[in-house]
Amino acid sequence: MALTRQEVAHIADLAKLSLTESEVEHFREQLSAILDYMTMLQRIDTEHVAPTAQVSGISNAARPDVVRPALPVEDVLANAPARKDGYFCVPPVLEEAP
Amino acid sequence: MQLYELTIRDAQRLLRRGEISAVELTQAVIDRIVAIDNRVRCYLTLTPELALEMAAAADERLRNARQTGEDRLSPLLGIPMAVKDVLCTEGVVTTCGSRILEDFVPPYDATVVARLKAAGFVMLGKTNTDEFAMGSSTENSAYFTTHNPWDLERVPGGSSGGSAAAVAAGEAMGALGTDTGGSVRQPASFCGVVGLKPTYGRVSRYGLVAFASSLDQVGTLTRTVADSALLLGAIAGADPCDSTAAQVPVPDYLAELEGDIRGVRIGVPDEYFVPGMDPEVEAAVRRALVQLEALGAIVEPVSLPHTEYALPVYYLIAPAEASANLARYDGVKYGYAAPDVGELWELCKRTRGEGFGAEVKRRIMLGTYALSAGYYDAYYRKAQKVRTLIRQDFEQALERVDALIVPTSPTVAFPIGARADDPLQMYLSDIFTLSLNLAGTCGIAIPCGFSQGLPIGMQVLGRPFAEATILRIAHAYEQATPWHTSKPTLKRGLESRADHE
Repeated sequence: MALTRQEVAHIADLAKLSLTESEVEHFREQLSAILDYMTMLQRIDTEHVAPTAQVSGISNAARPDVVRPALPVEDVLANAPARKDGYFCVPPVLEEAP
Repeated sequence: MQLYELTIRDAQRLLRRGEISAVELTQAVIDRIVAIDNRVRCYLTLTPELALEMAAAADERLRNARQTGEDRLSPLLGIPMAVKDVLCTEGVVTTCGSRILEDFVPPYDATVVARLKAAGFVMLGKTNTDEFAMGSSTENSAYFTTHNPWDLERVPGGSSGGSAAAVAAGEAMGALGTDTGGSVRQPASFCGVVGLKPTYGRVSRYGLVAFASSLDQVGTLTRTVADSALLLGAIAGADPCDSTAAQVPVPDYLAELEGDIRGVRIGVPDEYFVPGMDPEVEAAVRRALVQLEALGAIVEPVSLPHTEYALPVYYLIAPAEASANLARYDGVKYGYAAPDVGELWELCKRTRGEGFGAEVKRRIMLGTYALSAGYYDAYYRKAQKVRTLIRQDFEQALERVDALIVPTSPTVAFPIGARADDPLQMYLSDIFTLSLNLAGTCGIAIPCGFSQGLPIGMQVLGRPFAEATILRIAHAYEQATPWHTSKPTLKRGLESRADHE
């Protein structure tokens, strides 16, 4: 299953990864080989098999809804690359209208 | 015998009797690290001052206990150990072996670390790992590759290679690792130590930096099975911070260790003895089975017919979960942020492009592809369905027998660089460990021989939450064999193996 460079670039965009031209080519080759290997799964008939998402057997673990202390804001922001007035700081998302 | 060579259990006895102090013991291990870690390179971060403070506090508790006659002390009080660098440690940098978390200092402890602290352990530092635990050799660490103490030109295995090598080389008396597809058991095998992967849900994952949430589990690396039982007892159990940590009582694993294994039924699946595996690995495991029979176990063939599908299933499910979990590294909340960007998506893409290494990017790409529109059913959902069949194989086999015995890896430790450029070849070193995580049950890897001076490992796999059973079988075998008493040579290449000829 040979991927095209466009497909690799599309996946990188979905994954929010900037890749260099040589990375795109490298991943195209490697992912194609890996996906080829994965096609062996098509040999098994799974029409009547339920999928397994997790194996714990636990569903909807609930606890009493009680207010508890959380980490102080200062601790939460301590690792932030940029912060301002007790908030995380990011580059503009929407530009002001001219 | 040097202090750093003691088992946890022996050190604990000496500490209680006051024959050694925790500070002496800790200093002996720190001296060992200073003497050899420039060759083995287990540690990403060393915390010697913190370690000596923790040791002094442990000595205080030990002194008080001797005065008051208190004998219900934690078995880990004053024991110097290492923590894999994917587990959060409050105030101590936690990199996950990645540039993207180079300066990340967690504001809280992982539950397992908090429990070890409460037990009075001494933290020596944080051990090397493949980036975000994705790898089988530590060669994917963004910082450096750890060297195998049995032959410094070979890999220690991975991803918990730093923890395994540290325990083997006397640079820690025990260590925490994590196991998503074999990351505790395979390096334990390559380094000749004991590696326990508990049942999914046996140990809390809170504060374990997530890789694949339905597969990740914290495990232990120790020099003996009894030490493994001690360490598991300290970290296992329900946790209000992790809803997948099961409400299952934690037995006294050490107390359940003794007793013979007469009449224990052991299944041997044919599917784990494949063409292409090292014949010496197969021979060592077969010899171990004969030995277990001599100890009274009943060995019989069983079948896990979907074994060959574990590799493709794992390398779809784990990357799919990873691609979602690693979405959090966006340059906003913590970690590396690309400089000089004008716009939010550009910040995110460049941060991730510059911050992640090749294997992490490869898995994010693979996982994103498997989850993307048009491919979800053919890849991700198909893999989840085959996961059901793999799980049922284990359930059916473990209805008939108490445990399974299989090799840990098809080969002994391979040379550094030998598989670094071929992801599929690298993935193949995990073919005997992946199924267990997909099935969600427990397994322990123990040494069972040597091939040209390099350790061979085998696994004892058990029913969910039957850690006590696999520990007992592993302990009985260990006590009947000499493997755990051999010490690595810290030599290079053929020179290291000449000693064993």
